[in-house]
Amino acid sequence: MTDSRQSPPTSPTAAPTRRAENILGAEGLSGLRGKTSRRGFFPWLGLAWVSITAGFAMLAGVSLRFLFPNVLFEPPSTFKAGFPSEYEVGAVDERFKSKFGVWIVRDEATLFALSTICTHLGCTPNWLGGEQKFKCPCHGSGFYIDGMNFEGPAPRPLERYKIYVADDGQVVVDKNSKYQWEKGQWDNPESFVSMA
Amino acid sequence: MDLFKEQVNRLFEPATFIGLSTVGFFMLVYSRRVWSTTSFWVGNVVLTLFFGLSALDPNFNKVITKPDNIPILIMVYTAWWTLWLSMNQAITNDQRMELGLPPDEQEDSGKKVWAWPDLVYTELLAMLLVGGLLVIWSIFLKAPLEEPANIADSPNPSKAPWYFLGLQEMLVYYDPWLAGVVFPGLIVVGLMAIPFIDFNPLGNGYFTFRARKFAITWFLFGYIVLWVVLIFLGTFLRGPNWNFYGPYEYWDPHKLEALVNINLSEYFWIKWFQQPLPSNWMIREIPGFVATLAYFSVVGFVLTKTYLKQMHQQMTTIRYGILMTLFLSMMALPLKMLLRWFFDLKYVIAIPEYFFNI
Repeated sequence: MTDSRQSPPTSPTAAPTRRAENILGAEGLSGLRGKTSRRGFFPWLGLAWVSITAGFAMLAGVSLRFLFPNVLFEPPSTFKAGFPSEYEVGAVDERFKSKFGVWIVRDEATLFALSTICTHLGCTPNWLGGEQKFKCPCHGSGFYIDGMNFEGPAPRPLERYKIYVADDGQVVVDKNSKYQWEKGQWDNPESFVSMA
Repeated sequence: MDLFKEQVNRLFEPATFIGLSTVGFFMLVYSRRVWSTTSFWVGNVVLTLFFGLSALDPNFNKVITKPDNIPILIMVYTAWWTLWLSMNQAITNDQRMELGLPPDEQEDSGKKVWAWPDLVYTELLAMLLVGGLLVIWSIFLKAPLEEPANIADSPNPSKAPWYFLGLQEMLVYYDPWLAGVVFPGLIVVGLMAIPFIDFNPLGNGYFTFRARKFAITWFLFGYIVLWVVLIFLGTFLRGPNWNFYGPYEYWDPHKLEALVNINLSEYFWIKWFQQPLPSNWMIREIPGFVATLAYFSVVGFVLTKTYLKQMHQQMTTIRYGILMTLFLSMMALPLKMLLRWFFDLKYVIAIPEYFFNI
């Protein structure tokens, strides 16, 4: 059996030289010399390296910039909540729940702003007036009107926000500062407005 | 009738329901007669009677006909079918081996079938049937999108997808980082670790119960009681405010239920020693640390001397330790449930300062 595709037999020593000539032209390897020297290669490598790095850096920068949008459709974290006299003793004010996530509660001596985020897993509890408690629909955590956790799995009381009376006599709630009971921060005069 | 319904409602209270399920589970697994063909049909008839008759009750009807809850109905049946099938084969094999016969599977092991048509044809049929079923399902049972998400308004009750309701039930008893991160992770890792912990060759390729009592019993306990039963509980028995509602009870969002819970530290310092809580959390939580450490070390050690004596001797210490850690972590859930139901215990260790609660 003869195979027509088989290349004609050549001596093993002659074959590589001929192939090198075919690729590099008649001059063989010496044809490359003088065009790019070994030293001359490094500036090009450096340039390529720098441009690729710069490209990636730009991509990273743009991606980071993307995380900070130009316009945020969020309600401001500080808002005015009417005059202290508007609040009734023992009532939970739900006016600011849906927009700002805050309940404003008035007890005998103080007015304070409770966060509407359950301290167990972050659902929004409901105020049940008949039972005088906040009750979370997700895992059944319950909080008293002052925010203390007393039933279900919530490990700590609801957080309170900074609240004060502005110069114009209106109550201002500032959600940038929060006060946690377990850190003893509810005694901080910034966490309530004294109504005495 | 109302009186009867009230009694049934009471039977389904979490403590009673999970307790009875556990007892029933062990009775089922350890009684050989249950796994006959007759009892398979008895089981199906009982389930169908329960769901069928209960559907006459308007409150139960409302819950069970909700499209989201149909899969749970199917799951209850399929859980029974698969459990029955495997246990039936295991008991048959145990009986055969008592008589000195090889397991049932060996009879078939010499036979060969063609991939086509025997396998591929069956697969094709199954594909068509399931595909058709899904089309019909999606036409008749609606799963519409709800209103856009609103951070200030959590639906009441807020339920996880049905296959996560067991985890959601676990979240009632444990802190989120445990019940939401550590335990689910342990479930996955622990299941993956089984082949590396359990190198017992008995039961490879054939069903048996007698030779693998510990492994099968506790695997099934985790699957049936701590997963299927909890999904059932979460779907049918948890209503507004995540309160318990009996199967024939109206889901009243204003149902009053006193669930005042107390931490172990409060029990220890205030109730037993009549002292105020120590201000330093490390001192305050000493009873909790001791209890947790004792649970993991003493119980594991006691088991080596009693229930698992033989197994401990056959295993290396590290392997046994891993097994015990996984086993005791699993048993921590029913244990914490018991503590919650009977002692109103909220957390064994409660360090809200560092978001660490057990």
